[in-house]
Amino acid sequence: MPQPLNYLKETASQTAGPYVHIGLIPAMAGFDIFDKNFSNALVTPDTRGERITLEGKVLDGSGSPLRDVLLEIWQANAAGRYNHPADRSAGALDEEFRGWGRGGSDFDSGLVTFETIKPGAVTDKAGRKCAPHVNVWIVARGINIGLNTRLYFSDEEAANAADPVLNLVEPPVRRKTLIATRSERAGKVVYAFTIHLQGPDETVFFDV
Amino acid sequence: MNAQAPALQDPRLNRPEPFAPPLGDGGFFQRDRSIHPPAHAPGYKSSVLRSPRQALLSIENSVSEITGPVFGHNDLGPLDNDLIRNYAKDGDPVGERIIVHGRVLDETGRGVPNTLVEFWQANAGGRYRHKKDTYLAPIDPNFGGCGRALTDDTGYYYFRTVKPGPYPWRNFVNSWRPAHIHFSVFGSGFAQRLITQMYFEGDPLIPVCPILTTIPDKDALDRLVAPLDLNASTPFDSLAYRFDIVLRGQRSTYFENRTAGN
Repeated sequence: MPQPLNYLKETASQTAGPYVHIGLIPAMAGFDIFDKNFSNALVTPDTRGERITLEGKVLDGSGSPLRDVLLEIWQANAAGRYNHPADRSAGALDEEFRGWGRGGSDFDSGLVTFETIKPGAVTDKAGRKCAPHVNVWIVARGINIGLNTRLYFSDEEAANAADPVLNLVEPPVRRKTLIATRSERAGKVVYAFTIHLQGPDETVFFDV
Repeated sequence: MNAQAPALQDPRLNRPEPFAPPLGDGGFFQRDRSIHPPAHAPGYKSSVLRSPRQALLSIENSVSEITGPVFGHNDLGPLDNDLIRNYAKDGDPVGERIIVHGRVLDETGRGVPNTLVEFWQANAGGRYRHKKDTYLAPIDPNFGGCGRALTDDTGYYYFRTVKPGPYPWRNFVNSWRPAHIHFSVFGSGFAQRLITQMYFEGDPLIPVCPILTTIPDKDALDRLVAPLDLNASTPFDSLAYRFDIVLRGQRSTYFENRTAGN
C-alpha cells in the first residue's frame, strides 16, 4: 500500500429548495429579520462605471420561467479588476464595488434583475484580455447542484470573438446562448438574457 | 449510520506537517461529480425539467473563478447566529433547543477562515416562514428560521436554533423530508460556492428521502448527517450537533511555465 493521501472529499450539494429566499433573501419570503441584507443592487451612487440593468429569465424544459430561482452574479469592476486579493492585475480597485449580488425571480413573471455596472475586460493568466463578462450561479428547487454560466455583452463583438472561453464552446452556434442583448429603455441601459435549462437553445453551463 | 466519521477526525493528525502544498492561487481541485447528485435525478421529480442535458463545458480556472466576494463582520448583525433570539417577539420559539457547530474546511484539511455561512430551516413543527409554504402546521410567531455567521481564523462557526421538524411535500403522495437545515457557503473563490443540507443522526426518514437519495455515493450521503455532539451541549439548556463542511481545495503553482510562443 502506498502512503495515504488523506484528502478530504467535498461536501455533496443538495438543492436550495423552494424556500431558499428565507435564508438568502428573507424580504422575498415575506419578512424582515436582518439589520443588513444582500441584494440585487451592486452599485452605490459612487461606484465607477456605466450603469446597466441585467434582466432575464431562466426557462425550464417546457419553456416556462422558473419563478422560484435564485441567481448570484460575480464580476470585475469597470477597470477589469475583481475585488479580491487573488486578482493582482493592474486595474484600480473600486472601494464602492464588491462585485457580487443575488436576486430572486419574481414569483409571477419569473423575471430576475440586477443593478450593476458594465465590467471591464479582465486579464487571464497568460496575460490575454478576456471579453467583459459576468459570472452567474443558479440555484433552485429541482437544481441539485448550482449551475455556473456567464453573460457576455452583445456590443462587444470584437472582444467576444477573441475571448478564450467563448472560443472553447463547440459547436460555435451555442456561443450565442451566453450573450446578453443591449437595449436602451427610458434612458437606462438594459442587457436582456434568457437562460434555457434544456432544449435546442440550452445555455452553455460550465464545470468550473 | 456512520455519520460524518471521515470529517470528524482532524485530517491533520494522520500525516506529517506540512502536508498541503503552500496555499496558492492556482485553480481549484477538479470537482469530483461522482459524489454529487446528478442534475437529472428522476426520483426527485422537480429535477426532470430543470436539469441541463448537454455536457458541461470544462474550463480551466481563471481569475473569474478563483476570486469571489469577500464578506466581513460589518455585513452581519449581533443576533444573526442566534435563531432563538433573532426573531423573538414575546418569548423563545417552541422546540428542542440545539447548537450547531463545526468547521468549514477545504479538501486539504485547512480551515477556511472568514467565510460567510448562511442557514435556513423550518420551525419545530416543520413549517417554513415563507409566503409560498401552505403546510397546515402553524407558524411560530417567535421564529424566523434563518441566520448567518462568519467563520473564524480556523474555519469554525456556530449558531443556536431549535431543531426543525419533518414535513410533507409533493413528490410522491406520501413523501416527507427528514429534519434538515439548509446551508449556503462561499469559500474564497466563486467556484467553491456550495449549497447543501444538514440532516440529524438517527432520523428514520433519511434513507427514504427522494432528495437525499439523489446522492449516488453512500459515504457522501453520510457526511451530510450531523452526529449528536454531547460534549458541546450546554447542560440544562441545549443539545449540540456537529457539522463540518468541506469545500474544494486549491492548487499551488510551483513553477511558472510559459507555453511556446509566449
